[in-house]
Amino acid sequence: MREAFDNNVKITPRLRKLRCFSALSVVIGAVFAAGCTPTEMAASSGAVEEVSGAGGPPVMRRLTESQYEQVVQDIFGPTVELGGRFEPDPREGGLLAVGAGKVSVTTSGLQQYDIMARSVAAQVTGEGRRDTLVGCAPVNLESRDEACARQFLKKVGRLLYRRPLTDAELDARVENANVATDKFGNFYEGLEMGLAGMLVAPQFIFRQETSEPDPQSPGSLRLDAFSKASRLSFFLWNSAPDDQLLAAAANGELHDSRGIARQVERMVASPRLKIGVRAFFSDLLEFDKFDELSKDAEIFPKFNFIAAEDAKEQTLRTAVDHLVTHNGDYRDLFTTRKTYLTRLLGALYRVPVVTPDGWEPYEFSEDSQQAGILTHASFVALHSHPGRTSPTLRGKALREILLCQKVPDPPGNVDFNIVQDASNPDFKTVRQRLDAHAGEPMCVGCHKITDPIGLALESFDTIGGFRTTENGTPINTSGELDGVAFADASELGQAVHDHPGVSSCLVNRVFSYGVGRTPTKSEKDWLDTFVENVFAKDGYKFPQLLRRIAMSDTFFRISPTEADAEAPAMASAQNFKSESEQ
Amino acid sequence: MSAIMRAANRRTVLRGIMSGAALSVGLPYLDIFLNSNGTALAATGAPLPTCFGSWFWGCGLTPGLWEPKTIGANYEMSPELKPLSAFKSQMNVYSGMKVFLDGKPPTPHQTGHQGALLGHVPKAGTRPDYPSLDVLVSNTIGTKTRFRSIEVTGGGSPNQSVSRRSGSALNPSEVSPVALYTRLFGPDFKDPNAAEFVPDPKVMVRKSVLSSVSDERAALMKELGSADRERLDEYFTSLRQLEHQLAVELEKPAPMEACTKPGAVEESAPGLEIDAVVKNLKLFSGLLAHALACNQTRVFNVSFADATSSVRRGGETATHHILTHEEALNEDMGYQPRAQWFNEVIMASLADQASALASVREGDGSLLDRTLVLASSETGFAKVHSLENIPMITIGSGGGRVKTGLHIQAKGDPVTRVGLTLQQVLDVPVSSWGTESMETSKTLSEAVA
Repeated sequence: MREAFDNNVKITPRLRKLRCFSALSVVIGAVFAAGCTPTEMAASSGAVEEVSGAGGPPVMRRLTESQYEQVVQDIFGPTVELGGRFEPDPREGGLLAVGAGKVSVTTSGLQQYDIMARSVAAQVTGEGRRDTLVGCAPVNLESRDEACARQFLKKVGRLLYRRPLTDAELDARVENANVATDKFGNFYEGLEMGLAGMLVAPQFIFRQETSEPDPQSPGSLRLDAFSKASRLSFFLWNSAPDDQLLAAAANGELHDSRGIARQVERMVASPRLKIGVRAFFSDLLEFDKFDELSKDAEIFPKFNFIAAEDAKEQTLRTAVDHLVTHNGDYRDLFTTRKTYLTRLLGALYRVPVVTPDGWEPYEFSEDSQQAGILTHASFVALHSHPGRTSPTLRGKALREILLCQKVPDPPGNVDFNIVQDASNPDFKTVRQRLDAHAGEPMCVGCHKITDPIGLALESFDTIGGFRTTENGTPINTSGELDGVAFADASELGQAVHDHPGVSSCLVNRVFSYGVGRTPTKSEKDWLDTFVENVFAKDGYKFPQLLRRIAMSDTFFRISPTEADAEAPAMASAQNFKSESEQ
Repeated sequence: MSAIMRAANRRTVLRGIMSGAALSVGLPYLDIFLNSNGTALAATGAPLPTCFGSWFWGCGLTPGLWEPKTIGANYEMSPELKPLSAFKSQMNVYSGMKVFLDGKPPTPHQTGHQGALLGHVPKAGTRPDYPSLDVLVSNTIGTKTRFRSIEVTGGGSPNQSVSRRSGSALNPSEVSPVALYTRLFGPDFKDPNAAEFVPDPKVMVRKSVLSSVSDERAALMKELGSADRERLDEYFTSLRQLEHQLAVELEKPAPMEACTKPGAVEESAPGLEIDAVVKNLKLFSGLLAHALACNQTRVFNVSFADATSSVRRGGETATHHILTHEEALNEDMGYQPRAQWFNEVIMASLADQASALASVREGDGSLLDRTLVLASSETGFAKVHSLENIPMITIGSGGGRVKTGLHIQAKGDPVTRVGLTLQQVLDVPVSSWGTESMETSKTLSEAVA
């Protein structure tokens, strides 16, 4: 298995453990087939040598909806309205950031980009904003002024295309503005069309990455400086590079490790880091699915659109506060009792919230089961059926999202009758119904993977409200996660905190998020050995992980022929779904 | 060749249509004709355009309840298709059609529609890099309208679509009838029957801007690897189609007898609660009928909801999908009554679409006559995700191109036979369609007029 791995890396017990976990992370159940024994899995050891990843192919990515919004806001100000809607961003490899590298633009999608381009351009060149945003004024309002048009389009084009425009590109947009000015007899209406042309162009909508020979490492490739700048800024800020970063790209600073470090430190210290971290967790935790969340208003009157927004915001605030403001241990996200609440959420969790309108910090009591983001409404409600809980969906989400494990879909020809029938007097709780169902030999394999952890969260109903009984019978929340027993949701959080897969998964997802694809084999080896190791040594500090990756050589190395580490395994996974179609 | 394809008889009685339309683009004096069968013809004397619609829903129908008991003409309407009774003579039912896997693992609720509408089942872990049937048809009949096609869903998410141009371009569905109204009949709409036509200078400028972006294609393609190049090429295909859309807006549209601009629609709550889904689809049905009548598009795609049919009744916790798996078969009835209830609602919603088309009168006939709607699902028996006996129905004859009033029963034939036949009658130049075991060159000749 994986000869390339063996040739490059000195095997240590720690590494062997990671190899085994890596196999586990692809498809559960393949653990023993991959030659991993429980003893080896439990083994742990010290340091490994750093082996840089050989890189992977550059990826052309469509701006995600949140990136598009952020870029427009950063360049033109927060009050500019988009006036259109987006094609759905598909999720692949667990992330929208990876799906963005697999999609194009359909005709109806482009029509929407065109609508937004004209809407944004009209606002920017409109009377209210032109004086501050355009930066020059025409000699005559009713006729073309090529110098002013060129000056503005050059300045804004560099920010939108995330590199200086070629002469041909700038000439074309200036010509658009000139022709339109002639037609409409108004300079700003002409300028509007020049800007609209940029906003609908593929140079803006797609993040195209360009590679070049690496003079410091003959025979290998690296990203060019402007592609590096974009990778960094979307990675850390979920937005386009600012003026300073583009200047650093232009003067060669980004091809120098000290130069990269300077920029990364500046970016990590910026308040925009919080925006970037929110964007990452919003993607990782699949919060885009909130848009489709449909809870039954008749059964759960407390849960409405606002509650769904608040639930998402609660977790993002908790994550940013814990990880960035307090530089906390990532794993503590699964145990922390500190969070932020609104009155609406207070009603949901049945705790007092004083602030009438807005957010306030809140700490759940020690004896509460409410500990960690798994017990937030954003997790338990998102992974439920519309009107009832689902330990299976919750367990599956925990495994797939936070541990990067693949849980197979159910096979065909299964009798689900018992799970459904909540009125059966013999099976009052979901656990009892699931136990009966999972007694079927063909079901037991997968349900053993998902249900025990999902059942611990049965103390939270489908919208996140706390409960101790179901149909009058006490809920049994005990179970085990990969050999670690727990009694309730709070202890499940601790078990997740202590699970080796939690940090390994995060490291892989963070890297994928940055490069827009799943890691190649050599990148994965680098992540599973070196990066994960230093993440542990750094005390699982999230900003430090971002720094480590952003400053690494591997993050920018290009190898068009390197194979995707997960491709073969995904291809053999029985029930892989194209997620854009679900 | 169907009757309406024959040249118009100029002595045909003109039945008082096109009142007062002043045309000044060199059209014949008599703008609108009826042929000898009383079928409407366009102002140019050409037949009114043929339209195609795909109507998709998830979780199939109930085996034993949807297939007519008798085969061929004058079939006996089945219980589950009762909501469509009014269209019995204008529709065909196809049973016994199968999706072949060729050893590939199926993806529940996806594989079925991929087989039926792409003619292809992708390997696990890959995107289906084939265009869907509606796109193939649109490439032939949909190139002269403002919109190549219009996609809608009642389920509230743009992802709920089975129309794709390639693996990287799933055509997203409109979820809001108000948004669709604006797209079709907003400020950019040009009434084909308006007396005056002045090309909009803004549209001219927009078109020239898009052309100049298009000119940058070669320079941008140079830097890319092959996969990225394909995706950028998709972008430029979309750009060309958008340019074309603007070009159409700059030309005086041909008059369309039955075209009227619909009144504005009000926003309706989205979601998967079934009353909301049906209500939204009813609004969409009306807008689509107007869009076809006004020649804004000739192809449409409707997805009832998502492919797993996550719709539910208000106040109930189990979705249609969950019920198909978890509800016990009623021993007396032999089926799952709570799940089956949804099938009748879905067929009634399909009837809403057919009624909307039929309500647009054109000469002695209706818009439905010149439209061909393929309604299909993704499974023959949702409880076990069966890929056999996939329910398929066509409504309308596409302007007399298919015979109607038939129940065509196949015996495990590849589902692609239906798609091939529809492409052929709609003039797509294709002699065989589908991949691996689903590749077929066998037209359903009994359905061809």
